[in-house]
Amino acid sequence: MILDTTITLGALADNAKELAMSIDTVWVLIAGVLVFFMQTGFAFVEAGFTRSKNTVNILYKNLMDFSIGSIAFYLIGFAIMFGPDHGGFIGSVSIFNSDLWSGGIPEEAYLFFQTVFCATAATIVSGAMAERTEFKSYLVYSVLISVIIYPISGHWAWGGGWLSQMATPFHDFAGSSVVHMVGGMIALTGALALGPRLGKYKGKKSMAIPGHNMPYAVLGVFVLWVGWFGFNPGSQIAAAGTANALAISHIFMTTNLAAAAGACTALIVSWLIYGKPSLAFALNGVLAGLVGITAGCDVVSNGGALLIGIICGVVLVFAVNFIDQKLHIDDPVGAVSVHGLCGALGTLLVGFFAQDGGLFYGGGSALLVTQVIGVVSIAAWALGCGFILFKILKSTIGLRVSKRVEEEGLDIYEHGEQAYE
Amino acid sequence: MKKIEAIIRKTKFEDVKDALLEVGIEFFSFWDVRGMGQTRQGRIYRGVAYDTSIIERTLLEIIVRDKNVEKTVLAVMKSGRTGDIGDGKIFVSNIEESYRIRTGEFGDESLYVKGKEE
Repeated sequence: MILDTTITLGALADNAKELAMSIDTVWVLIAGVLVFFMQTGFAFVEAGFTRSKNTVNILYKNLMDFSIGSIAFYLIGFAIMFGPDHGGFIGSVSIFNSDLWSGGIPEEAYLFFQTVFCATAATIVSGAMAERTEFKSYLVYSVLISVIIYPISGHWAWGGGWLSQMATPFHDFAGSSVVHMVGGMIALTGALALGPRLGKYKGKKSMAIPGHNMPYAVLGVFVLWVGWFGFNPGSQIAAAGTANALAISHIFMTTNLAAAAGACTALIVSWLIYGKPSLAFALNGVLAGLVGITAGCDVVSNGGALLIGIICGVVLVFAVNFIDQKLHIDDPVGAVSVHGLCGALGTLLVGFFAQDGGLFYGGGSALLVTQVIGVVSIAAWALGCGFILFKILKSTIGLRVSKRVEEEGLDIYEHGEQAYE
Repeated sequence: MKKIEAIIRKTKFEDVKDALLEVGIEFFSFWDVRGMGQTRQGRIYRGVAYDTSIIERTLLEIIVRDKNVEKTVLAVMKSGRTGDIGDGKIFVSNIEESYRIRTGEFGDESLYVKGKEE
């Protein structure tokens, strides 16, 4: 008997391709788990910055954001976002069927990865609406953002929609706009529709309502920082090969530098303005830097990343101050400033700092113009949808809890459970 | 000198505090207490409903001169009232002597700041 041990070059090449694809897939799945871990981060940041009488409620909202979002995005949202394009506006409106998306990696790996991104956008809003929102209304919102709001604007930028079809394509690598600004803008409409917490504003004065657990807040921010190392480099959707290895390594660096710069800048700025270095501001500063670098983490240099972190750190401190003390919009965790404003800012800064096409690198203003168009259109979409959604909720099932419930704490009345004995 | 102990709702603390400051009462201590009374609150833990007979309140302890007792009690009653069961109680008892540690003043003098009040 003759054993056929001939191996053709073709077979070797196919083998190598398959291995490469596996490496890509494994990386995307691991990155997806890191992004999922960010849910823990959000839960703890929000719990730490709010009062203990509402802790069960905020944690529950975070849990359900992800649970509902996973199912809703799987059933409907993914098709809308990544299905075959219709008119540049929307993907395919259908209950999940396979073969909506084809790329290097298995569709299900991509679906998982995109699910955790959608859930990130959804969970941003619970922070701004904390301590006074009716649970059932929040659940309704959670479904609608995962099914309509997030997927449609996501389709424009990532799913083959009109923003990606422009002459100079819109560049939002991991979602400063698609994820964070969308979440932040909806958070703004939610906070506006709800009104401030009881006792927050007395006349012209803004009263402090301190969070109940700073260790939770720090834990949450560190966890988010860790998770971002899946959020940004994972968006490469590939790891095999020299080019990809270099790309994701660079993204790790830009991500980290922007976060660190955000923390240091918020530290310095808050120290100068308020006389004492504030941990709360530094924590927000880390997140501001992370959100800001998310759009351009692949195309900016390390120096650019530092500068983006610094700019976002500065803007953050002034934004929190402005929104709270001048506009009197009650945002317990600073979600609007961190995610909404710095998300927009980070996307715009790509137009300046992109090494290939950015204004500071001699690329002219084409990219910057596209970034502006993208930011404005996505922001308008999110603001408009959020405004309509909360208006409808307010006049149908109600949005805000009653005064008595808010005073005594949501945990007792909405859930019959307490976080601490 | 009298001691006024007021057990009030936790949610009413800010209102009571403001009311006291308004009538000129600036010194008191307060702490969180748990107690039993007529209020019942329903809880559920993993499907099992139970009633907490233990409820949380805030207890203020205000030491005032005899002439200020009435206005203090009225201030607390007015600002701490919601009309529902569980508003709390006020107790008045006698204080034999009082000293200010920093200066050594005693009696009525130690209960107010000279020059700020009569």
